[in-house]
Amino acid sequence: MAGLGFACLVLALVVCAYGIGASLYGVRSGRVEFSESGRRSVYALAGILTVAFIVLEVAFLSNDFAFNTVADTSSRTTPAFYRAAAVWSSQEGSLLLWAWLMSLWSSLALFLTRKRMRDVAAYATAIMLGFSGFFVSLMVFYANPFATTHPVPPEGAGLDPLLRFPTMMIHPPMLYSGYTLCTIPLAFGMGALLARRVDADWIKAIRRFAFAGWLFLGMGILLGARWSYSELGWGGYWGWDAVENASLMPWLTATAFLHSLMIQEKRGMLKVWNVSLVLATGTLAIMGTFLVRSGILNSIHAFGGQTLGVPFVCLIAVLIAGSIYLVVSRREMLRSEHRLDSWLSREAIFLANNLVLVGLCFVIFWGTYFPLISEALTGQEASVGPPWFDRYTVPLALILVLLSGIGPVIAWRRATLANARRNFLVPIGCALGLLAILEIAGVTQKPLALVMFCLAAFVFGSIGQEFFRGARARRAMAGEAAPLAVLALVRRNRRRYGGYIVHLGIAVLFVGVAASSSFQHASELGLSPGQSTRVGSYEVRYVKPTATITPRYDQEHTGSTLALGAVLDVTKHGHHVTTLYPSEGFYSSDEASQGTVGSLIGGQPVSHVALDGGITRDVWAAIQPNIEAPWLERIVKTGNSTLPAEDGIVAIAYLAREYLKHPPQAQFHFEVSPLVMWIWLGGFIVLGGALIAIWPAPSVVRARVLARSRGRAVRGLARA
Amino acid sequence: MGFLVVILTLALIALVAAVVSAPIRRARGAGDSPDADAQAPTGQAPVAPSAHTRDDLEAAREAKYREIRDTELDFRTGKLSSEDYETIDADLRAEAIEILNELDELRPREP
Repeated sequence: MAGLGFACLVLALVVCAYGIGASLYGVRSGRVEFSESGRRSVYALAGILTVAFIVLEVAFLSNDFAFNTVADTSSRTTPAFYRAAAVWSSQEGSLLLWAWLMSLWSSLALFLTRKRMRDVAAYATAIMLGFSGFFVSLMVFYANPFATTHPVPPEGAGLDPLLRFPTMMIHPPMLYSGYTLCTIPLAFGMGALLARRVDADWIKAIRRFAFAGWLFLGMGILLGARWSYSELGWGGYWGWDAVENASLMPWLTATAFLHSLMIQEKRGMLKVWNVSLVLATGTLAIMGTFLVRSGILNSIHAFGGQTLGVPFVCLIAVLIAGSIYLVVSRREMLRSEHRLDSWLSREAIFLANNLVLVGLCFVIFWGTYFPLISEALTGQEASVGPPWFDRYTVPLALILVLLSGIGPVIAWRRATLANARRNFLVPIGCALGLLAILEIAGVTQKPLALVMFCLAAFVFGSIGQEFFRGARARRAMAGEAAPLAVLALVRRNRRRYGGYIVHLGIAVLFVGVAASSSFQHASELGLSPGQSTRVGSYEVRYVKPTATITPRYDQEHTGSTLALGAVLDVTKHGHHVTTLYPSEGFYSSDEASQGTVGSLIGGQPVSHVALDGGITRDVWAAIQPNIEAPWLERIVKTGNSTLPAEDGIVAIAYLAREYLKHPPQAQFHFEVSPLVMWIWLGGFIVLGGALIAIWPAPSVVRARVLARSRGRAVRGLARA
Repeated sequence: MGFLVVILTLALIALVAAVVSAPIRRARGAGDSPDADAQAPTGQAPVAPSAHTRDDLEAAREAKYREIRDTELDFRTGKLSSEDYETIDADLRAEAIEILNELDELRPREP
């Protein structure tokens, strides 16, 4: 079936080429049937790539090791869930996932716009097919997911142990959905510029896709952060890694776009800015894919061994040059229809918010690509680390949170000083109230964290005030009970109140970040069984060692040959809090020089973190057992020289028994971090708010019906 | 297995070709008919400039409705004074009426 898969790729490439030609010919000649044929090419592409994806999935699920990707990233002992998700753990499979998701989202976008903006949609079709064709051609010519090998190996290499984690399996589809959804507005933006139709209709068409791209990217970023915190042994959730930054940059510009889009909708302003943001977001999404797949920067994510750098650089150069040309050549039609009425207005706050978001993006862009730029200029590679990023991003993040609290309480067009003073009383009161409480509690050692907490309280106060006042207004008009009034308020103003909930979620998330990074207690030390240490206000005692060997005891399906760990008893003020079971997995390697027994555990060890999470704090532990203690090394050496390969596991079992009987001192890393859970809770709140904001409102349908006549439309507008 | 792959591939190619070429074949069929008019293969007239304008105006109308509702909500939640609200609301309703008038002047959308 590999032949069918590769045939699908070739057919997909042909369809992309045809669709581009048909769409462009159709729109230039006015022959609608060719534009329609181009649209159908996108639907056909989605169908073809679905077949290709199914072929690869079946190969993984059926352990068909004739496929190189299956042999390289799966094995018979890999659980079915991980086998199904292993499709996108390789370079080739991830390219197929990207192209497939691109074709699906493109099909949806064209289906939803099939009755409007035909000229814009035709250009957008050509551009989306161009992106799809680029990724399909990478697979056809550089990284074929359907390449086979003969003779067929009896067993595969297995999934990278770092990826044996549920959220890590969902993280790539979410991120890639975000990246591909961000290219939809880019395609329609370029199409609008090419067709010279940048107007209200174009905004309406792309808004949902921009929002969906923002949402998927955000969720993908959070899933990756959760994986980093729960799986990797360093205890953090964000390390300013190049690939982390690559996904954050388009998310920041998409956030800016979603805000400034509202200004263009209402006032016809910021057209150049919005078009530029849309093009920048799509380009940054492609650049993010470039960083992940080209391996051009050192990163824990750089799984791909091949470099696809040159084709990507060409595509990015074309995107940047094309975007600049289109914006400059169409600048006359992008002139603003109105000017800012007042600097004390929501428009002004959104403008400030945009500048901060783009500033954040620029800082991160510079810090991420600095190694490349430095190498190009000086010939020597350099890098910037977390302290550099923190120095510039923290102040900007504080300003962002402040603005997210000011925006909701300022009116569109203009606000008076008297109104502003009245509207800021409650939010400022909340901030000052919390400051007083924290001062009394003695939580003042970290001024920046303190500022963030107070700003978050400011946001909670302003959002809470908005809900209260809105519900009160609703009750005054409709006489509803308070809970119903709140529901009706949100239902009839989904965008506004969904957005408020998103702001609330972001504030909660930033509180979690500030607290966990500023007030964390950490300790790294060696312990033997029976010994204990203090971490913050917690006492951690190493009770006894643990050892398990696969396959029989590998409950977590880690795939490790041997897992050595510990039982840790955590208490506070003499009361038992929790029991933790950190371990480190030792995996087999292909190094024959390590011997028959040594190679069973000679691969890269992977830490399996133990975590007790709660609403107020997380207790986190990782272990690095000393497997190189002399009496354990002797077992390996003896096994290497006396045992045949098929009996090597006997020596491993003996080693495990000796480890339990005579455990050497192990290195531990402990952390007690306050409010980490708030980061994930904040993410859920953002998700909920975003879904509310993006959900189509029934009032839109009613407005259309009511707008048949001038008199009825005016009456219909009178309702809140 | 090889034969099956060839059959499946050919079937896929045929299906794709049929789907993608359908609009062009329909247009040619309509063009060959003695009663052919200027209908596009989907049965709709070629896109006229007024269709673009109607789409734009309808989107602008919805945005204007939303703006009017937002302004009223701003007033009812105390963010706008009554003087400012009356001025802004009057401006917005006048802009909305302009859009509605322009929509009424366009010919109706063809079925």
